Amino acid sequence: MSATPSSARPAHPRVGLFVTCLVDLMRPSVGFAAVKLLEDAGCVVDAPVQTCCGQPAYNSGDRGTTRDLAMRLIEAFQGYDYVVAPSGSCAGMIKAHYPELFEEDPNWRAKADALAGKTYELISFLVDVLGVTKVGAAFDGAVTYHDSCSGLRELGVKRQPRKLLASVEGLTLVEMKDSDVCCGFGGTFAVKYSDISGAIVEAKAKNIEETQAPTVLAGDLGCLMNMAGKLSRDGRSIQVRHVAEVLAGMTDEPPIGAAKAKAIK
Amino acid sequence: MTVHSTSPQFKQNAARALNDHQLQKALGNVKQGFIDKRQMAADKLPEFEALRDAARDIKNHTLEHLDLYLESYEEKVKASGGHVHFARDAAEAREIILGICRETNAKTVTKGKSMISEEIGINHHLEANGITPVETDLGEYIIQLRNELPSHIIAPAVHLNATQVEEDFRRVHTHLDAKRDLSEPVQLLTEARAVLRERFLAADVGVTGANFLVAETGTSIIVTNEGNGDLTQILPKTHIVLASIEKLVPTLEDVSQLLRVLARSATGQEMSVYTTFSTGPRRSTDADGPENYHVVLIDNGRSSMLGTAFEEMLRCIRCGACMNHCPVYHAVGGHAYGWVYPGPMGAVLTPSLIGVDKAGHLPNASTFCGRCESVCPVRIPLPKLMRHWREREFERHLTPATVRSGLQLWGFFAKRPGLYRFATRAAMGALSFAGRQRGRFTWLPMAKGWTKYRDFPAPQGETFQQRWKRERSGRAA
Repeated sequence: MSATPSSARPAHPRVGLFVTCLVDLMRPSVGFAAVKLLEDAGCVVDAPVQTCCGQPAYNSGDRGTTRDLAMRLIEAFQGYDYVVAPSGSCAGMIKAHYPELFEEDPNWRAKADALAGKTYELISFLVDVLGVTKVGAAFDGAVTYHDSCSGLRELGVKRQPRKLLASVEGLTLVEMKDSDVCCGFGGTFAVKYSDISGAIVEAKAKNIEETQAPTVLAGDLGCLMNMAGKLSRDGRSIQVRHVAEVLAGMTDEPPIGAAKAKAIK
Repeated sequence: MTVHSTSPQFKQNAARALNDHQLQKALGNVKQGFIDKRQMAADKLPEFEALRDAARDIKNHTLEHLDLYLESYEEKVKASGGHVHFARDAAEAREIILGICRETNAKTVTKGKSMISEEIGINHHLEANGITPVETDLGEYIIQLRNELPSHIIAPAVHLNATQVEEDFRRVHTHLDAKRDLSEPVQLLTEARAVLRERFLAADVGVTGANFLVAETGTSIIVTNEGNGDLTQILPKTHIVLASIEKLVPTLEDVSQLLRVLARSATGQEMSVYTTFSTGPRRSTDADGPENYHVVLIDNGRSSMLGTAFEEMLRCIRCGACMNHCPVYHAVGGHAYGWVYPGPMGAVLTPSLIGVDKAGHLPNASTFCGRCESVCPVRIPLPKLMRHWREREFERHLTPATVRSGLQLWGFFAKRPGLYRFATRAAMGALSFAGRQRGRFTWLPMAKGWTKYRDFPAPQGETFQQRWKRERSGRAA
């Protein structure tokens, strides 16, 4: 799959970081955690001007807008050795769905294929492509991990985050029941079918709580905001973070949905 | 006209289902039982994934040459002494079935479980014409007593609990002792068996569906766990097989491959308890069997799916694994989908059969979690096909105006990076400032759908691109 087989991989690959629009807007600290993890692993990281991968439009049936956004992203990122996103959902969009968008356009199809071949979700990129086996971070306490759907099923992200989390000093991973079951986010689904989404995230929140871990992690900000929003609405004081923050040892920022003033500490 | 659809009211159906405590309790059984059993069965068979590929390929090949296989099948059925009828739609199918029943002066018709019979609404049609249909699959029998549709394609009464069934039996089986004990499920089963036994013996016509039709032999095949299908098709004088045209497979060898993934995917069994092959009417040397054997081949919208993006849906072998693994189905159950086929397979098939204008909600009511596709024995890309429906809706302007205008606004900014950075910077700064005390919002304008059930986390403030520019690229910027 990889455009650059690991044997031919440059010592300091140039990585174009696609932060994703959610991280860009809502939680830039995840993007900087990704930068740190990539730079620690020897990458030269750049973040070109970017907006959105087009997934909201794609999943709403608007192929025209999706194609426009995909073409922009392809042009912005085609010059890098790799494209990495701290999201299985957005990386999956580029890797699994961009080629489909240009089935009738051989020129763009070739470009989409080339980009798809070198695009990765952050954690699986670190482990599978760069061969990272441990990180230098410390985190005190138990965490549980939610497998976000696109990363899990489109990109096979499952053991990679667990492998790296196992190397975090002081951290224990407590698996929740049904960690591979959807949290109910589903992009616009959460708003369009809020009753159903609310019921699904309620079940997820229960499974998280049952682990008694004070922190829940995942690799996709959409799912994290959904779970954080539900946990805080129900008055559960469980901290919610992107897995990259913990792996990078960058947990100074308050958890998702928590107050800025560090009154809790 | 086929069965009445409440799919346009999907949202209301779903809301009602979510507030139905009894239903929610019953749905818990779907989550626990089917999933683990399927996984165990798949794990025990090293070639399971390869079999899924083979199953997909067999069905694809058949669909590519469906006309030839239909002809071949018809010839073989005729050669074995049976009759084949082609029905373009539900109405034609109903008339053909009624005609056969009238020829034999039928008063009672027993029925094995058949989803296509639900699709064409045959029970009501027979009743309206003075013929009594009796469902003989236990789950189907129960929902017939309740005048409901199945809520699951292989477990039609999965939405009910034993107490409800007890109430139904007491209401309907008035000839039995009112003080009888029905507190144990096995007592319900025994009672149903006793009641149905008389119906089997009295039936003039037996109607079954078909899991597969074999082109090379003219054989119809049913898989059941209760044996009711066998009694339905063997005891009466006339056996009618109802099948939609995509049930064809070329050979017995193909069927044996498909059977290896069917039960494992459905219930986690290696094989169903009964797998019954029927070829034509009773021969002179047969100990039993029907005198007349009819097959009604029903199109009802399938042929118009051939050659389109939705052709892949015609691979479906009706195992139910997609709904067993669907978080949306788990939340609302099958009836919310509002027509015959629920869950992810229904979300793709229903718009094809009754129109996306009526069933437009179904392909939208999915998180695209992909769990259905990951377990489908014939590898139907269900999320992709649901997305195709969303594209059709978008093209036909069936997408809700609020969604459309929201997307347009988003697209407008996302296509203009400079404007995007300027606008998001201002918006995130303001939102962050407003949420700085609590770190979240319990209410936001235009985000009611979100904040009804969960808070909206406040953004950190500065955007990534803003900070990146400040720290990395410009240095001085």
